[in-house]
Amino acid sequence: MTGILSLITFSPMLGVAALLALRAFSAGKDAAGVAHSAKIIALVTTLATLALSVLLVAQFNAQEAGFQFVETVNWFSGATYRMGVDGISVLFVLLTAFLLPICILASWESITDRVMEYLIAFLLLETLVIGVFCALDLVLFYLFFEGGLVPMFLIIGIWGGKNRVYAAYKFFLYTLLGSVLMLAAILAMASIAKTTSIPDLMVFKFDPKVQIALWLAFFASFAVKMPMWPVHTWLPDAHVEAPTAGSVILAGILLKMGGYGFLRFLLPMFPQASQYFTPLVFAMSVIAVVYTSLVAFRQTDIKKLIAYSSVAHMGFVTMGIFSGNAVGVQGAIFQMLSHGVIAGALFLCVGVVYDRMHTREIAFYGGLANRMPWYAAIFMLFTMGNVGLPGTSGFVGEIMTMTGVYGVSTWTALVAATGVILSAVYALSLYRRVIFGELVNPKLAGIQDLTLREVAIFAPLIASTLILGVRPGLVFNLTAASVDQLVGVYKAAIGG
Amino acid sequence: MNAIVIALVFAPLLGALIAGLFGRRIGNLASQSVTTGLLLAACALSWTTFYQVIWGDWPGHFTLTLAPFIEVGRFVSHWSIRIDTMSAVMLVVVTSVSALVHVYSWGYMAEDPDRPRFFAYLSLFTFAMLMLVTAADFMQLFFGWEGVGLASYLLIGFWFKKPSASAAAIKAFVVNRVGDFGFALGIMTVFWMFGTIQFAELFPMIAAKAGTHWSFIGQSWSAIDLACGLLFIGAMGKSAQFFLHTWLPDAMEGPTPVSALIHAATMVTAGVYMVCLLSPMFEYAPVTKQIVTLIGAVTALFAATVGLAQNDIKRVIAYSTCSQLGYMFFAAGVGAYQAAMFHLFTHAFFKALLFLGAGSVIHGMHHEQDMRKMGGLWKYLPVTYAVMVIGTLAITGFGIPGVEIGFAGFYSKDAIIESAYAAGQHNPIAYFAFIVGLLAAALTAFYSWRLAFMTFHGTAKWGHGHEDHGHAHDAHAHSHGEHDDHAQDHKPHESPFAMLLPLILLAIGAIGAGYAFVENFVGEERNAFWRGAIFNAPTNHVLEHAHHSPQWVVMAPLVVSMLGLAIAFFVYVLNEGMGARVAARRGPLHTFFYNKWFFDELYEATFVRAARWLGDVFWKVGDQKIIDGLGPDGVAAVSANIGQRLSKGQSGYVYHYAFVMLLGVAGLLSYALWAWAR
Repeated sequence: MTGILSLITFSPMLGVAALLALRAFSAGKDAAGVAHSAKIIALVTTLATLALSVLLVAQFNAQEAGFQFVETVNWFSGATYRMGVDGISVLFVLLTAFLLPICILASWESITDRVMEYLIAFLLLETLVIGVFCALDLVLFYLFFEGGLVPMFLIIGIWGGKNRVYAAYKFFLYTLLGSVLMLAAILAMASIAKTTSIPDLMVFKFDPKVQIALWLAFFASFAVKMPMWPVHTWLPDAHVEAPTAGSVILAGILLKMGGYGFLRFLLPMFPQASQYFTPLVFAMSVIAVVYTSLVAFRQTDIKKLIAYSSVAHMGFVTMGIFSGNAVGVQGAIFQMLSHGVIAGALFLCVGVVYDRMHTREIAFYGGLANRMPWYAAIFMLFTMGNVGLPGTSGFVGEIMTMTGVYGVSTWTALVAATGVILSAVYALSLYRRVIFGELVNPKLAGIQDLTLREVAIFAPLIASTLILGVRPGLVFNLTAASVDQLVGVYKAAIGG
Repeated sequence: MNAIVIALVFAPLLGALIAGLFGRRIGNLASQSVTTGLLLAACALSWTTFYQVIWGDWPGHFTLTLAPFIEVGRFVSHWSIRIDTMSAVMLVVVTSVSALVHVYSWGYMAEDPDRPRFFAYLSLFTFAMLMLVTAADFMQLFFGWEGVGLASYLLIGFWFKKPSASAAAIKAFVVNRVGDFGFALGIMTVFWMFGTIQFAELFPMIAAKAGTHWSFIGQSWSAIDLACGLLFIGAMGKSAQFFLHTWLPDAMEGPTPVSALIHAATMVTAGVYMVCLLSPMFEYAPVTKQIVTLIGAVTALFAATVGLAQNDIKRVIAYSTCSQLGYMFFAAGVGAYQAAMFHLFTHAFFKALLFLGAGSVIHGMHHEQDMRKMGGLWKYLPVTYAVMVIGTLAITGFGIPGVEIGFAGFYSKDAIIESAYAAGQHNPIAYFAFIVGLLAAALTAFYSWRLAFMTFHGTAKWGHGHEDHGHAHDAHAHSHGEHDDHAQDHKPHESPFAMLLPLILLAIGAIGAGYAFVENFVGEERNAFWRGAIFNAPTNHVLEHAHHSPQWVVMAPLVVSMLGLAIAFFVYVLNEGMGARVAARRGPLHTFFYNKWFFDELYEATFVRAARWLGDVFWKVGDQKIIDGLGPDGVAAVSANIGQRLSKGQSGYVYHYAFVMLLGVAGLLSYALWAWAR
């Protein structure tokens, strides 16, 4: 199976090539027909990538804690093209491949402008994001990590809403800050350890004093990506302006790159610094939970509300990771995967009504249950996922991260647990204002329930939310060995 | 055996899925038939299980492990079905009341266009409740716990067009979440304290930890007391105990069958069930037991006082439920878990009866709920009247102490009061509960008979037209056409057979459930009945002592409830109109009770306003002024060039930014490559 990772990573580029070929050969032809063909090419490409990713997970040996399917090619002096996955990263590859066809389908009718470029941006994004999760070399990782911002930036900036320039600028500014610091840290690491191989760096023991500086640099970059409080304010703006599929990718995958970075770099490479900064991370996490939940409660824009709730949910992830025990770390990984599905689905729910009414103002809506019973039911399911109802995947991540943290800091667990109350407050009041009540706005009188295409988009998300909610072991079985090793090494390093 | 218990737990889920997903395709009749049929089957299987576990060939307790749920390290939970006397009692209660409520709803909801959805929710609730009572570990317990919360939320908000209904639904969910906040922390505490969340592993380990200490939020706590205390917060939310009770009266916005099933007989008793199920823990938590006793006693009294002054027929019964749950808690708090479970059992029958009877009245009165607009109904609703009197006799605990014959509540309430007295010999809080129990019994008799008299006796206050129609709380939101039909015919009418049959069956339970089971639950045969499903510490002899209470304690409940009856009779029958005059005077005590001790106002002024205010401050000051002001916007302002472009906000600049960004990445990359190439 050697080479499968490269195949998965670069398979979307085949689609890009096909799209470019289509463009070259279809000059002057009927634009709508070309756009339709382009969408089909993109969909088939992403489905093929998904199939390969499923194959990857099926072939993955869950008993093995280390990296698998490793590919090593000497690239240029100083850096190696090195790919591989372990239990921590393999499911993120699957999540990415899983969400991309959904994004293409979700854009099927809502994107009419520059369809070809839009699809290319998404395929490029897929390659770069999968690359992030597979890269085992610092340079390669950095390339994918930063490169991924470009298509995202374009998606927001070109296909976004009215205020897209401001949003794109904010997104760029925050990310730039993180990138510069991370780059500096990467250079420093390479010069100290004389290697850029991530597996080698994971066993290299950095001097604790150096760790502090390196930790802070990486942390800045990943904290922006998560995003953690107080560097979260780019996210609501980016979400509001992004097209629906852009929000799905942003919430579903891009945010997870931050959490993945914490697991891949901070904990194993800088254990002493991680331990030293754990109180800081806990504080930022629980502030995120309480603060952004309350802010979410007061929002008047559906997407902003869900964006803020994403920040709150990421607070559970960061505190779970830094709990440093298996329950917390497993919970954090699970929470990231689950949030990818649920937040993605919620943004799609917003997209459904946005496509029909072209507004996200909560006050515009109300009483949709009268005309859209299926939509109401599906929105209810994901709202419950968002509030962490047991039986949905949202619950497992929350209870496990909190349980993990309890073992380290009961205060943190206590404050985070208030998120259980607050999420119900904002999520249910959103649902009430949009779905319940009389249908008073005359503009909504003719609104239609979900189309078959939309149901097909939601179906896999519904299935994953419920199946993972009832049988989370499907994830834990794959992540267990790698997490146990990570936690074991971390505990040994900090002498705990 | 295995097939039976699996079938009985999952039959309601199957019904919910069929009616919920295909309800509109298969139609109302098919949806109702499928859900009701499956529920009746589950009910029959539950009684079979109950019989087999207690008197038959089945083992007294066993656990079927169906599938793993969460398995991470020692954090292990399975989907399982735990059968013992505790769960068998609950299976019978839940499926019996649920089946009767399904049948009743055929009549009550006949006009509603959304019947498949309604029956799907009812069955979904039943499934979640069965998962709750058969849980073998904390995770499944929590799953059922929040699952019934979801069903409750969906059913309270069933008439989603009414703003008051959707507001009440959210309130119920959020207040329950406050309880679940404590519950979740309790589970975490148990996990880190004992390294397991499975009851079978946990219970044997508890005695060894008794008296040890546990560090939580910087304090040292008595370990078991802390764990039980946190878990009890969850019970307070679910069972609407003092401080977390405010959602229950508002939950009456739901259709009346829902109030009977969820907010009277089953879901709200989950908190009591949890405390009794965890008796192996609570027995080693002396301080928390005192808190449980105190909260239970205060709730019993508080809710009874509020019940005195309410005019909405459903709200009176809702506060009555709250008060009776308080009885169950202080029974558990003094160590008489068996008495608590017994009252839970009998209460399910007579309270479901009272609610469904009230539903029959509301139905017959064309959706009128205000008792001040009723009166003289006994002639028009004779069956409803008869069963409501039975229910009232049962809740007021009517019976003759000497010969030990009475209605259901007589046995269970007296067992609780006598237990509190027995425990109170060495424990002032238990003695307080005993006094409160007597006081609340008098109040219970008063408000219960007040309800019966105002509704069924005296002069008819209806028939003056329907000008107050808009105030009807339980109005079927969809059936305006039907209303117009009724407007032609003001006379109240008796309910259809589908509604009367469940009432009659429940009335039989309200009469006989106490007599039939008293020996099993709290009497001589209790050890053979419970078979270890409830644990009493070796020093806990409260039930034995309760059996030897002095004569005045045995007589007291009857005396005070007769007193309550007499006063109600005097005020509402002999001097009809006196109650209204007292209310009209708006004395301070009446105002205080009528406004439910001002809890809603207090919470609105503190928590709700604080949440809104903080949300606004964090958003508009924290995010927009401070973070953005110092961060990206500040940078933009400094860089006039960028600021200018931003202010223009032209989309053409997008490409500039994209280009800048690309340049940036390219630049950084080249630097990186150069650095290594060096």
